[in-house]
Amino acid sequence: MNVLQRFPEIKEKVILSTCNRVEIYARVGNVDEGVRSLKDFIYKYHRIHDGELENYFYTYFTEDAIEHLFKVSSSLDSMVVGEPQILGQVKDAYTYAKERKATGMILNQLFEKAFSVAKKVRTETRIAENAVSISYVAVELAKKIFGELEGKTVMIIGAGEMSELAARHLISNGARNILVSNRTFEKAVELARELKASAIRFDSIEDELVRTDIVISSTGAPTFIIKKDMVERVIHQRRNRPIFFIDIAVPRDVEPAINEIENVYLYDIDDLQHVVDANVKEREKESQKAVKIVEKEVGQFLNWLDGLEIVPTITALREKAEAIRQKELEEAFSKLGSVSDKERLVIDNLSSAIVNKLLHTPTMNLKKQIESTDGHWYIKVVRHLFDLE
Amino acid sequence: MKFLFGVTLSCYLLGMAKYFLYLTIRRKILFIIATVFIAAGFVFHTGILVLRSIETGHGPYTTTFEYYTFFSWAIVLVYLVAEVRYKIKDLGSFVIPIAFISLAYAVFQSWHTETTEPVIRFWLTIHRTLSFIGYAALTLTFGVGIMYIIQEKQLKSKHLGAFYYRLPSLEVLDDINKKAVDVGFPLITFGFISGIIWAWQRDGYFSLDFKRTILMIITWTIYGTLLVISCMSCYEHHRFRCKSQDSTCRDQGEVSLWRKTCRGIIECPPKIP
Repeated sequence: MNVLQRFPEIKEKVILSTCNRVEIYARVGNVDEGVRSLKDFIYKYHRIHDGELENYFYTYFTEDAIEHLFKVSSSLDSMVVGEPQILGQVKDAYTYAKERKATGMILNQLFEKAFSVAKKVRTETRIAENAVSISYVAVELAKKIFGELEGKTVMIIGAGEMSELAARHLISNGARNILVSNRTFEKAVELARELKASAIRFDSIEDELVRTDIVISSTGAPTFIIKKDMVERVIHQRRNRPIFFIDIAVPRDVEPAINEIENVYLYDIDDLQHVVDANVKEREKESQKAVKIVEKEVGQFLNWLDGLEIVPTITALREKAEAIRQKELEEAFSKLGSVSDKERLVIDNLSSAIVNKLLHTPTMNLKKQIESTDGHWYIKVVRHLFDLE
Repeated sequence: MKFLFGVTLSCYLLGMAKYFLYLTIRRKILFIIATVFIAAGFVFHTGILVLRSIETGHGPYTTTFEYYTFFSWAIVLVYLVAEVRYKIKDLGSFVIPIAFISLAYAVFQSWHTETTEPVIRFWLTIHRTLSFIGYAALTLTFGVGIMYIIQEKQLKSKHLGAFYYRLPSLEVLDDINKKAVDVGFPLITFGFISGIIWAWQRDGYFSLDFKRTILMIITWTIYGTLLVISCMSCYEHHRFRCKSQDSTCRDQGEVSLWRKTCRGIIECPPKIP
């Protein structure tokens, strides 16, 4: 940030750097020079030869840049749409820049708006509602069965990486009593030590199931380890308290028929994947709604931005009209030769009245339209039509 | 009074419509508006009962019109308590319709008044108040039960629809149900007993309305069995956890007096180490 402060062309700046994106949001004096300065900064800062990264840059201006920032903070531009971390990262980047006085009126307003858009997207759409990874889905399901996972007992069968990951998720969600079982007892003891759990013998699984609420199974066994008759006995002993089996083994460790038993819930890896797929689709559907919200907000922000431009635009328009009038008057007077003061005054007033009356309606309409959603277009059109750039 | 009735019914209808709308469109404001309507309806509803009691000189317990009006009021009361306690936003969609139907049914009943002898009025009041609030608590278990069935079906079928995300967990629903039975069962039990005393006082001998008694016994038996089964399950689980020296053994949570008594009946004295 300190290096970037040295570039005079860059008036305001925020650097957003996450694991898969580096973006610089800037207000510049001259667009071309501004872009060049930003690229120079990146090359110099990272000590890379000029032009080497040219293919990896993307540049957005005004409207597209605003839309991009709104989409980034609303997590519409993330690899996993709807993930919650990005908003925090954008906030951190902005706070960092603001504390170093690198932002001004425009970027302050832009980022504050981006946060409110992100909040709006989150509350008005269900973009972040459903889990989109297998272990999160498993935790969500467990919560729908048991409410809070606080004090629930989890049994891990098979000391594999997948079961360890799922177990860690359950632990971070409050599950406290963890039992680890493996055909090789030593491996169970090892994993149990890592998870601060207790290791149990493979042949005592049925006995321990009576006090277990969630079972995660992922052994390489060719046949079922948990069978229907076993679970029927267990559920009877448990007095019908619910039990949730998560079978992430291929081939299956848990007999699918146990799902027919009352108060027994079984999800295998394919079931969990189906839920994930459905949730991803749901998020995509919701993201379309979110894009609409973003577009509307971009329009509003542009109007604010153009509001800053409207006064200069009208002034420029009037100045231009006045200049034309003066020029034409001079030409007319020189052609007429001797004109009395009274006649000169009448002609002057006439030309001034024509210009004023001609400009009155467009000026009023411009002021009125600037408040509508596509007001920024009017400014563009006026500037273009009268060549006010 | 008719005006108050119209206002109350409209409040409940609008509140109910907003709850249904909330099921599909998840806007918090809808839920808040719905609850405001229901609470306002409840105030007017209380007004109806007070006016009626002043008019008749006794509580609203004697005619069919009064039964249903009071029953509906008790359901809304229990619902509001559950709502404040559990904050389950979709409960209203399942419980308020019952209150609405009950009140709407009352409108079509005869609005005539009946007098009762002051001597037996005390036991009649006790009997009907306890019974109706008890029934209202059990009506709540009906609504919550439907929510439980829907949620369980979603989980079992593995096709997780909108209800899966909107309804609370099975454990929470089960917990509300247990608490509602904990409250409702003793109320209908005492309601039943006071009813016998009232009938005995009225007729001078032990007389029971056959139809009502049979229905009452069936209801009582069903809920009694439910309570005993759930107590046993809870107790066994607790005992097992203590046996296996589980750290949660001491964490008994909110155990009602009934459940403690139940434990005592099943295994007396409880051998909890």
